[in-house]
Amino acid sequence: MADFEPVLLANIHKQDSHTLPVYQAGGGYQAIRKVLSGMSPNDVIELIKASSLRGRGGAGFPCGLKWSFLPKDHPGPIYMCVNADESEPATFNNRILMEQDPHQVLEGIMIGCFATRAQAAYIYVRYEYPTAYRRLQAAIDECRAAGLLGKNIQGSGFNLEIYLHRGAAAYICGEETGLIESLEGKRAWPRIKPPFPAIEGAFRKPTVVNNIETLSNVPHIVNRGVEWFKSIGVPSTNPKDPGSYGPKLYCISGHVNNPCCVELPLGVTARELIDRHGGGVWKGRKAKAVIPGGLSMGLLTEKELDIPLDFAGPGKVGCLGLGTAAVTVMDETVPIIDYLYNASRFFAHESCGQCTPCREGTSWASRVIARIKAGQGRLKDLEILQSISQSIGIMPGTTICGLADGAAWPLKNALSKFRGELEEYIKTTNPTGYSQDEPALALVELTH
Amino acid sequence: MATTAAQPVITPQMRAEIEAFFPRYPTRQAVTLPALHIINEHLRCVPEGAIPELAQMLELSPAQVYDTLSFYQFFKSKPCGKVRAWVCRSISCSLRGGEEVLEALAGKLGVAPGETTSDGKVTLEFGECLGLCDFAPAMLANEAVYKNMTVDQAAALATQLKQQADAR
Repeated sequence: MADFEPVLLANIHKQDSHTLPVYQAGGGYQAIRKVLSGMSPNDVIELIKASSLRGRGGAGFPCGLKWSFLPKDHPGPIYMCVNADESEPATFNNRILMEQDPHQVLEGIMIGCFATRAQAAYIYVRYEYPTAYRRLQAAIDECRAAGLLGKNIQGSGFNLEIYLHRGAAAYICGEETGLIESLEGKRAWPRIKPPFPAIEGAFRKPTVVNNIETLSNVPHIVNRGVEWFKSIGVPSTNPKDPGSYGPKLYCISGHVNNPCCVELPLGVTARELIDRHGGGVWKGRKAKAVIPGGLSMGLLTEKELDIPLDFAGPGKVGCLGLGTAAVTVMDETVPIIDYLYNASRFFAHESCGQCTPCREGTSWASRVIARIKAGQGRLKDLEILQSISQSIGIMPGTTICGLADGAAWPLKNALSKFRGELEEYIKTTNPTGYSQDEPALALVELTH
Repeated sequence: MATTAAQPVITPQMRAEIEAFFPRYPTRQAVTLPALHIINEHLRCVPEGAIPELAQMLELSPAQVYDTLSFYQFFKSKPCGKVRAWVCRSISCSLRGGEEVLEALAGKLGVAPGETTSDGKVTLEFGECLGLCDFAPAMLANEAVYKNMTVDQAAALATQLKQQADAR
């Protein structure tokens, strides 16, 4: 395959890529000018719909369709919330976009707000991204001074303000309604849907919530057209499948020689990412398991590394989905129990506590896994973990948001794909007690 | 003898910074997080005494402010060190030795994760995925990023953190 010419990352290696003059010298803000000088909001929505751009934040919902759900005749205000709370473990592509090319992000926001008739956008930036926060603020200030934000932008009658809103280190704020609650000054407890944010979102007004990378694609679609966008990626295979079109930022981390973020057409395989772009598995070792798209998505085995990482691929081998397309490699020396320990500790720490099955399930799973890791596991514990994994989440219908599904998938995949290793670990580390059912030993106390 | 009223926790300067956020949002309550960040940046914590004062500014009940404040474990009631350092313990950093670095650094600083050095300079904490996986294992210390750390560097990292605190 010929090398892919980057689109989203085209600017980032330029000197001062984060500044307005450099962005404009590379053709920046031509798309918003084109939109303001001759397109209607509906034209823009139809264009993005036709491009089949799907959300890059994890769920893959078609962006144009989402925009079309906002009421057309609403007296306003309408809000846009930009999800820059990138917190899915192993994911850092939005950080790079915000730090290195904040104007590309802002241009996408402007076009999205024009299309949805939003007059204010709040970028919810996670606390851990101070450089992104400063660069975005500087970029907003540059735009205001240049007449690209504020009242009557470029004489078009379009008004827009973009505000930064800083998070406070809580993973749940990446869930769109948790984000809205947090923006409103409350604890970030996700809302029951419906009503969806498009009808009743921030401050009880119609709201569109988009991810940074999704919006960064928008100016390029306006500039280059639908045909160009749909020439990249994996076409739809049936009328129900919206396809996997466009460029995607893949993060590669863990046990590779060269952890990095690379832009490629949707549908590259994990093996190609690891070998060609990540410099191969480190220390001359082999991959044992690979996380396909952030911690929540579960695991690929070595044999599954050739599935395409498009929106449909990971699901075909039992993973939750493409997620954030953040690939994490674990080499052959990593015990699966260590992976489970790390994953379950994360979700227990980040469960917001609103839904009992998630709050209790993630916490119990984490403690059962800690007990196994400490050499006090029983084969029965695997049944307990299985039962937790099947009972928490949106899919079994027991929780309000998908955090618990993300907590369940590492368990499900580890239990189905590495069960032999887990049983062996329990038998080896607890030779006298592994078959015991009752009484169970005390659970490990969580200290965080 | 009349008792002197306690000094307010929220100083006029903090108050002005908080009020500057009011026009950005349709509700006062939405200024809760920005205000907590402003107080935290000035005091390196959000003392309990700030809660009723902030509630009054935002036209909320103190319970509403406290409810939000307590949800985000980020805000502490006692001052953190001049430098607050988070060593990432999530999967990509953990796979490359992040947890061992955290332990070694804690040893060099003489604190457990979550604690502040006795000289008040450094608070050491674990972080969940800092989004620095391309530099794993990584640490965020105030706004400085420490990349590709190793256990062998623990003593040097401890010194650097103290120097960063002195420079503040």
